[in-house]
Amino acid sequence: MGARILQSQLQDAGIFAAYHVPDFFCELMNRGGPLPDELHSVRDRLAQFDLAELRHRTENAEKQLYRLGITFTVYSDREAIDRILPFDVIPRILTAQEWTHIEKGVQQRVQAINLFLHDIYHDRNILRDGVVPEHLVLKNANYCEAMVGVDAPGGVYVHINGTDLIRDRSGRFLVLEDNARTPSGVSYVIENRHMMLRLMPDLASGVPLRSVEDYGSQLYRTLCEVAPASVTDPQVVLLSPGIYNSAYFEHVFLAREMGVPLVEGRDLLVENHRVYMRTVAGLRPVHSIYRRIDDAFLDPLAFNPDSLLGVPGLVEAYRRGNVTIANALGTGVADDKAVYAYMPRIIRYYLDEDPILDSVETHICAEAEGLAFTLANLEKLVVKPVGESGGYGLLIGPHATAAELDDFRARLKARPDNYISQPVIDLSVTPTICPDGVEARHVDLRPFALTGKSTWVLPGGLSRVALRKGSLVVNSSQGGGSKDTWVMSA
Amino acid sequence: MTQMSPVSPGMLPGLNTLLSRYAESMMWLARYMERIENLARLIEVTETFVRGPDGRTVWDTIVQINTDEVHFHTLYPHATEDDYLAFYITDLANPGSIKAMANAARENARSVRPLISTEMWMHLNVFTKALLDLEPSHIRRTGLSALCNRIKQDCQTHTGITEGTLYRDQAWLFYLLGRHLERGDQITRLIDTRYHTLLPADEEVGSEIDTTQWASVLRSAAAYHAFRRLQPVTTTPTNVVGFLLKNEGFPRSLALNLRQADGLLTALSTHYNLRRQCSPVRERLAELRATLEDQTTEDMIIRGLHEYMKWIQKEIAALQNDLAAAYWPAPQIPPQDVSPHTGQ
Repeated sequence: MGARILQSQLQDAGIFAAYHVPDFFCELMNRGGPLPDELHSVRDRLAQFDLAELRHRTENAEKQLYRLGITFTVYSDREAIDRILPFDVIPRILTAQEWTHIEKGVQQRVQAINLFLHDIYHDRNILRDGVVPEHLVLKNANYCEAMVGVDAPGGVYVHINGTDLIRDRSGRFLVLEDNARTPSGVSYVIENRHMMLRLMPDLASGVPLRSVEDYGSQLYRTLCEVAPASVTDPQVVLLSPGIYNSAYFEHVFLAREMGVPLVEGRDLLVENHRVYMRTVAGLRPVHSIYRRIDDAFLDPLAFNPDSLLGVPGLVEAYRRGNVTIANALGTGVADDKAVYAYMPRIIRYYLDEDPILDSVETHICAEAEGLAFTLANLEKLVVKPVGESGGYGLLIGPHATAAELDDFRARLKARPDNYISQPVIDLSVTPTICPDGVEARHVDLRPFALTGKSTWVLPGGLSRVALRKGSLVVNSSQGGGSKDTWVMSA
Repeated sequence: MTQMSPVSPGMLPGLNTLLSRYAESMMWLARYMERIENLARLIEVTETFVRGPDGRTVWDTIVQINTDEVHFHTLYPHATEDDYLAFYITDLANPGSIKAMANAARENARSVRPLISTEMWMHLNVFTKALLDLEPSHIRRTGLSALCNRIKQDCQTHTGITEGTLYRDQAWLFYLLGRHLERGDQITRLIDTRYHTLLPADEEVGSEIDTTQWASVLRSAAAYHAFRRLQPVTTTPTNVVGFLLKNEGFPRSLALNLRQADGLLTALSTHYNLRRQCSPVRERLAELRATLEDQTTEDMIIRGLHEYMKWIQKEIAALQNDLAAAYWPAPQIPPQDVSPHTGQ
């Protein structure tokens, strides 16, 4: 009797029969309580698939990605290699309730970031009131002198924001970092959904999923809303560094979804502080620029004089209100890893509200106590360089060798202001198809928020999985993959 | 192909914002794809049909057509067949090789990727990548003829996908301009080289000729069967040259391609308020067409076919430059090669 029950349970478990539910919060298999109904039904459906069949479908999907050129370019030494973002067919699922929480939390955070940026480039109340240390802002590498006193249209600095979220052992969502400069990855959210529906129509059929198709039109609407007020029919463009940029596919994708020209710096020019693009019919005015070029390369007159990517005079045209640049310049102060530590206080300061989304406890090494604590507990902490992107230069204490710890200690002492530290969070996991079967892999979530007259959050976001067993690093440049993120509409 | 009228009524609304860079890239995309197809056909025909008195393949024909004599013979003073093939198929350093042209087509396709259809891009992505991965050892393994045929077919697939999926706006017109100018240029090169190698100066026009060789000229332009239908009996050099230059029905003849180009310029000038920039280009083209219509083939041969072909090539290059000056005047900033990693 007992044996028969076990047998039938194993059959029901299907592809998950050998899944070792780890001690972490598992998005699909272990939520520390009964599984919500909507997840239950998807899990049961998934379980019935044949693993070999799923692998086969995944291989086809990845071949298709190469054919379609849905790739990013990794530059190493002198070689440029086109890679795909590996796709895992088991979706990452968020309930309607979870999504509402995230959506509100992201909206709140973006609102606070915009108020903060306006303040630091105008009256600097928050600095004067001592909520955020002045040097952290004014001496920040991303602080932009050219923005002082400039009124960004509608008070919006961060039009496109990506909030990196993780879940701890209890399933609580925590903000890991903000991406307020030029966050990338949104094209994969939409392409992953297309892939999912092509590959697994049988899985998604009848499931009440929130759509991700709106992103392009919402982005276009946002960029029109923040165009200079005097323009009735704004010309929007996407400014890309060009075909050699690692994220060029995404630039193409977004330009196409918005139906706007993808321009390079050499396609634009500034005359009388107005921006124009070169067309076959001559110069045409440009009013709203979604730029995917870093601040430093935007305008050789204002910043890096050697930049050939930018447009001479663009910043002055912006300062005069003749063109909108999204995101605005100097937004990197807000997503700085040191400023991050103050975000809960920043939210309370401007909004008089408690943060909806919690942050990870953060020690600022620029401060004596923070440094002392970090040095004393290095083997238990994650240490991150301030102002880097892409998961480079990171130390994960529990995974580091003694030599690596010593090396990092020296670096910390030499440049304490360059680092912050955080406890290691037991990132949630999700079942993922791995060479040896379905296994638990760590996952994060990057929802994308668009802010014009209001803030709209794309349902779901990019779920990145660390494909290496036990790894916490989900970055695509460091061997991460991705999943389709399902937000249930009810 | 929409040969008679490249303009459809649906081409009008709100589309006068085509970026200059896009127009340029569309034109070059078409030109490179034509060139790849032509070269593949030429290599195949040369291997099969172009034989010297000793019965061996005369690969030097290809060198002459591409005006590569100095470059190639410096590189290979004692060239073997493999040297010729490597130079024209897999040598990335030779800008006229299939691989280098595939690379150029690819870069242009990447630039206009926001504009072209996904189907076009997907085919170009796979096709150009395959050519970039081609190594000399693959040529023999696949068989030269099979390889050339595959390349030709891929170019024709590209043409078909483009016809079936590319939106009919200015980008389409510039694409077609590139195709027709390229075909015009290619046919004059073929005629020029083959005419003079097959008819050495001391031979009289009309003397006994090797019809196999003239048939190979026709095959190099995919013209053999069309010509046969028109001239079942008499394969004379004059007939062949006349057909390739002046025939109004053959898709690779000079006359037809110039007429197509003219139609495209008319479309540009009437439909897109681009008349002003267009007029010097149209004048030059009209003159070019007049010289072709006003002379008989015999006239051209008597007056000097070589000089005339060279002049046409020069004029086609000038047309390209006129278009560039009108629609994509050189930006002040030189093009950038590698961009830094940006993004988060």
